[in-house]
Amino acid sequence: MNKLILGRYLPGDSLIYRLDPRGKFLITFYFIGIVFLANNLVSYAFLLLFVFFAVYISKVSISFFIKGLRPMLWLILFTVMLQAFFTPSNHPIWHWAFLSLSKEGLVIAGYIFIRFILIIFISTLLTLTTTPIEISDSIESILKPLRVIKFPVSQVALMLSIALRFVPLLIDETIKIMDAQRARGVDFGEGGLIKRIKSFVPILIPLFVSSFSIAYDLAIAMESRGYKDGEGRTKYRILHWSKRDNITVVVMIAITVVLLFLRSYK
Amino acid sequence: MQIEFKNVTHSYESNNPLSGLGLADVSCKIEDKAFTAIVGKTGSGKSTLVRHINALLKPTSGEIKVGDRVITPETNNKNLKPLRKQVGMVFQFPESQLFEDTVEKDIMFGPKNFGIPEEEAREAAHKMIKVVGLSEDYLDRSPFDLSGGQMRRVAIAGVLASDPETIILDEPTAGLDPVGRKEIMDLFKEQQQNGKTIILITHNMDDVANYAETMMVMHDSRLRAVGTPKDIFNDQDLLDKKLISLPQSAVFAQKLAKKNFKFESLPITINELTAEIKQQIHGE
Repeated sequence: MNKLILGRYLPGDSLIYRLDPRGKFLITFYFIGIVFLANNLVSYAFLLLFVFFAVYISKVSISFFIKGLRPMLWLILFTVMLQAFFTPSNHPIWHWAFLSLSKEGLVIAGYIFIRFILIIFISTLLTLTTTPIEISDSIESILKPLRVIKFPVSQVALMLSIALRFVPLLIDETIKIMDAQRARGVDFGEGGLIKRIKSFVPILIPLFVSSFSIAYDLAIAMESRGYKDGEGRTKYRILHWSKRDNITVVVMIAITVVLLFLRSYK
Repeated sequence: MQIEFKNVTHSYESNNPLSGLGLADVSCKIEDKAFTAIVGKTGSGKSTLVRHINALLKPTSGEIKVGDRVITPETNNKNLKPLRKQVGMVFQFPESQLFEDTVEKDIMFGPKNFGIPEEEAREAAHKMIKVVGLSEDYLDRSPFDLSGGQMRRVAIAGVLASDPETIILDEPTAGLDPVGRKEIMDLFKEQQQNGKTIILITHNMDDVANYAETMMVMHDSRLRAVGTPKDIFNDQDLLDKKLISLPQSAVFAQKLAKKNFKFESLPITINELTAEIKQQIHGE
């Protein structure tokens, strides 16, 4: 349960931590977009270099990023294998039934692998260095223009921050309930598939019951403190856009330009 | 069943900046068929300590002996059922572990997991529901229709039904009314008289004074003191450092001591207190 690094904040301090979360959020998505512009070895190498540089200046140990890969390992392997064995080619190196291995296939598989690394590393960087509450604040701020079409921005942001707040709470609750059922003789991860699935019933039902009661308590606590809706509320945490955020945007533009140049490089 | 901790250290999530020490070099013996209370502040390691007894947690170093069974850092997760049958555990707010559609099925859940045949498990459910002070009519009801206090009793019945030799209680009376709390505590005392070993985590010093024979004080992941409640509550050093507080009878005795009463050691229960007062008023 604690092994899930993606989506988990790690307290720390560095340039990346201090960036405005709105900027970090948008830049992360922008970067994931431009990853798909890369089309040759040089451009992928360039992006990898950038990501490792970002990881370096974030002062977060690289081991956290490698751990972040672990839950995705099977997906990555599956996709890479698919590309490697099913890329049609006129010059296969190795051939068996419907499987064939070719130079082109291996190259594409390699690129896919790098693409996964890039995307997972950069999004892990965002979540490791940005508190969930900063992320939901920045989503609220980014969605603000939608108010014009009567989109309930502040309610959505509140729902989001409550949902994020509930994640650690529910993890704790799950561990607690699992311990209680283990003490009553449940073996998780033993026996056949059906038995394993069945062993989750004694966790899921108590978990549902307690999340409803926590949600109900929370609603009452909010109402008793006078919460109506988000309209016109002032902010406790105010986001500041500063010079370093401008610089980051300039860097991203520069990277895009270099990338477009490298695309045509053979 | 005697339980023995030998230099047990437990750290949470090693190799991680978020790691923390749960237990630091704890060694102690918990006597067979005794009533032992563990006290200490929130986060002092009480719950971490007892979770080692049924191997929900394993030590980072050191070993725990539970009867003939030895738990070391290398103990693997298979074949722990016999141990967990012997060591029953009532968690904080145990009502949150209920999940079956009837009370009877929920009480039978533990025994059936431990391989007790259906019929015997049903008998145990019928017996235990009465032991925890509810009538057999409750067996057919859904646990989610009961009040909080009744759910607590059902959950406790569910642990007792497996007939464990050792019962670990993690603040079993938190949030109960005074009458309910006394009934539940008396119930555990009765279990002890029937030959069970009881280990109680609590913040209630009166419960310690009234029920426990041995008292352990945890502080900052370490075991700071072990002894009879009488000795521990008379330990000025522990009181000065605010690691423990006094039971009501002792507080009352302290006030009397300012008004010409003399106590060689502080009485910790109502009975001791009244006996002392009687003696001092009527005199020899």
